[in-house]
Amino acid sequence: MDMPVPDAAILSRKAAIVARLRAVLPADAVIDDPAETRAYECDALSAYRARPLAVVLPRSTAEVAAALRVCWEEGVPVVPRGAGTSLAGGSMPSEDSVVLGIARMNAVLEADCDNRYIRVQAGRTNLSVTGAVEAEGFFYAPDPSSQLACAIGGNIAMNSGGAHCLKYGVTTNNLLGVTLVQMDGTVVSIGGPFADAPGLDLLGVICGSEGQLGVVTEATLRILPKPEGARPVLMGFGSNEVAGACVADIIKAGLLPVAIEFMDRPCIRACEAFAHAGYPDCEALLIIEVEGSPAEIDEQLAAITVIARRHDPVALEEATDEAHAKRIWLGRKSAFGAMGQINDYMCLDGTIPVSALPQVLRRIGELSRDYGLEVANVFHAGDGNMHPLILYDANKPGDLERCEAMGADILRLCVEVGGCLTGEHGVGIEKRDLMGVQYRPADLEAQMRVKDVFDPKWLLNPAKVFPLEASAARRAG
Amino acid sequence: MRPADEAELSEAIRGANGPLVVRGGGTRGLFGAGEALDTGGITGVRLYEPAALTLVAAAGTPLAEVEAVLAAERQRLAFEPADLRGLLERDGVSTIGGVAAENASGPRRVQVGAARDAMLGVRFVDGTGAVVANGGRVMKNVTGYDLVKLMAGSRGTLGVLTEVAFKVQAQPEAEATLVGEGFSAASGLAALRAALASPFDVSGAAFVSGQVLLRIEGMAGSVAYRAGRLRALTAGDWTLVEGAESAALWRAVRDVQAFAGRPGAVWRISCVPGEALAVPQALAAARVPHEALWDWGGGLLWLICPEGQGRVIRSALGERGHATRVRGDEAAPALPPLSPQVAALEAGLRARFDPRGLFAGGRG
Repeated sequence: MDMPVPDAAILSRKAAIVARLRAVLPADAVIDDPAETRAYECDALSAYRARPLAVVLPRSTAEVAAALRVCWEEGVPVVPRGAGTSLAGGSMPSEDSVVLGIARMNAVLEADCDNRYIRVQAGRTNLSVTGAVEAEGFFYAPDPSSQLACAIGGNIAMNSGGAHCLKYGVTTNNLLGVTLVQMDGTVVSIGGPFADAPGLDLLGVICGSEGQLGVVTEATLRILPKPEGARPVLMGFGSNEVAGACVADIIKAGLLPVAIEFMDRPCIRACEAFAHAGYPDCEALLIIEVEGSPAEIDEQLAAITVIARRHDPVALEEATDEAHAKRIWLGRKSAFGAMGQINDYMCLDGTIPVSALPQVLRRIGELSRDYGLEVANVFHAGDGNMHPLILYDANKPGDLERCEAMGADILRLCVEVGGCLTGEHGVGIEKRDLMGVQYRPADLEAQMRVKDVFDPKWLLNPAKVFPLEASAARRAG
Repeated sequence: MRPADEAELSEAIRGANGPLVVRGGGTRGLFGAGEALDTGGITGVRLYEPAALTLVAAAGTPLAEVEAVLAAERQRLAFEPADLRGLLERDGVSTIGGVAAENASGPRRVQVGAARDAMLGVRFVDGTGAVVANGGRVMKNVTGYDLVKLMAGSRGTLGVLTEVAFKVQAQPEAEATLVGEGFSAASGLAALRAALASPFDVSGAAFVSGQVLLRIEGMAGSVAYRAGRLRALTAGDWTLVEGAESAALWRAVRDVQAFAGRPGAVWRISCVPGEALAVPQALAAARVPHEALWDWGGGLLWLICPEGQGRVIRSALGERGHATRVRGDEAAPALPPLSPQVAALEAGLRARFDPRGLFAGGRG
């Protein structure tokens, strides 16, 4: 993974830059001791690290604006950071950058259940947004696996999804407004607790821009009334193809479960060994969850079961009570942890048209044999968002590189069948150099023009998203 | 100009010397002065996978054709775009590109989101003639910036759409509407908010001509169950209307039929649902005759009143919403004013996507 050579001129001015940051921020909001900045050298893509020049931890929009203004005047790159849970290197710093962490900005500013919105500071964690309104019977829908830790600001930067987005959509579909600080310190308010901000849909392009357009300090989010109940059903099938066909039939029938999760045999085995969820020994497994009152759930699951039986399931198990439901989800929710117990792994995140599922799974199996690396598949089948986990040995020279090469082949395959490189993790540094597989130069140029408008000096998270050679001239200023 | 495909469109834009008026069927939206650029020649459903809930169509494809193709598989566009020809006194054929460029979203927005939320991918030609693709045809896609959203509702001011990919929805097994009588505007709007704050998955919440309308869709047993629970939520005189009769009620709300053929300016106002009476109260205080109807649980206010009330309306809203004049003529601009910071960002985007100012007419 190439990163630009750190700017020696910036490194040599470290003391002066830190002093200027200290002049505009409280003493405890600027960190430059290398022993402390080390905690910020990577995010959840931990194979890649760099110690930043300094870290700032502002407590307000005004402090964010002051810090950005200093960096803008000094020409120092800034890497915004939510909770550092990005799997794509979205908040990985460079040595000549200042990390701007928003973790201290975690207040609820306003919760209005009558009008179904909540306004929070962007450092608040995803799960604690729901925590602020669940006593009133409401929740915030996007639920990335890291929701206990990840920050709303990071969710907005990456347009995060989750297991339940089949019904509720991803972050962009649940975001009503933001306060955004541009690199030069300009504070912009966009949208609010009403539908469709006036003018161009700037909110739509800010969401998912990976911290390259500005730092979101406050967000107005749609909250929803909690469903009366939910119940999962577990189904085992004799092959991946049959499980895939079952998913297609359920969707075609007009049924809309809140989640359809798919696991293949290697994944089932690992989860079973780790979590003892009592999964059947089969080639492919689906967990389908529906919501509503008990009678509505019965009605939906009856229709789903009729469809599933046409595909000769080897197991069909409806949750009988809360404990049973938890057990069904236990294996799936511990999938990544389970794989981590037995191996180092790389988690991919491509999306494919649901119809291409059998073909893609077959081809991944062939690639697995060609590269000599095992793959376990776990993914959100209803929307085609795949998470193949490639297993490798970090201590074996060359294994990581082979794993990355195979990952790139799988993502190329996703694009080839009509899908995309990343469904919910983002591009970051991880998929940056594959962008040319999905987009032509004119397509990338159009996206980079948007950054030119928001951040003309290309100082915000500059070495991400776009292939380095494509953004080189702009980054050089 | 009526290009037959994307390449011809690109040529036409490269060769253009002055302002262009980009239009699909001209059935919605605002049009300035300039040479007409009609997208109606770029047509056809290019891909439809019912089992993947995905449809891709050329921008000039008539909306009716897209809806017919979907209906044949018992599917639909979930965001139910309005047919505003009656209200705006226009004729012509609505195109799917026009729907996307206007982000035209109907009553079901409260449940499934706007047109922009159903848009998965776009192709467009920008003001330099460059063809740009963004997004794709899958439901989850965070690869690069989301220019799909930027194009949705941009009214042709950044480029001319040539193709749009949509996420579509299965038609429900059953549909019903609870009609509530005997409500004041305040108690009716409160009933809408109470329904939307319940777990009963309301897909339409409107207050029209003194009637509360709450739509429920889904499997038959579930619709009956939720109708019963919703009825119990707010005391009132409720009747249940089902099937085609229910659908007709919502077509009337969607197309603002109540204001069609009547004189006056028509305003489309987006506001905080709990503050949905602010504008009508301000007009009443100023003794301006007006009539209002509310959709989206009170979050969308349609207003008919004499021309010249833009300033009163906008000052009543303040920062808590925005108003667009869709019909009538007066000094106050049709489109809502923007903050200086947002206006600067918009100007920057236009300068880069449309450096020669060809699409300026769409600014209204």
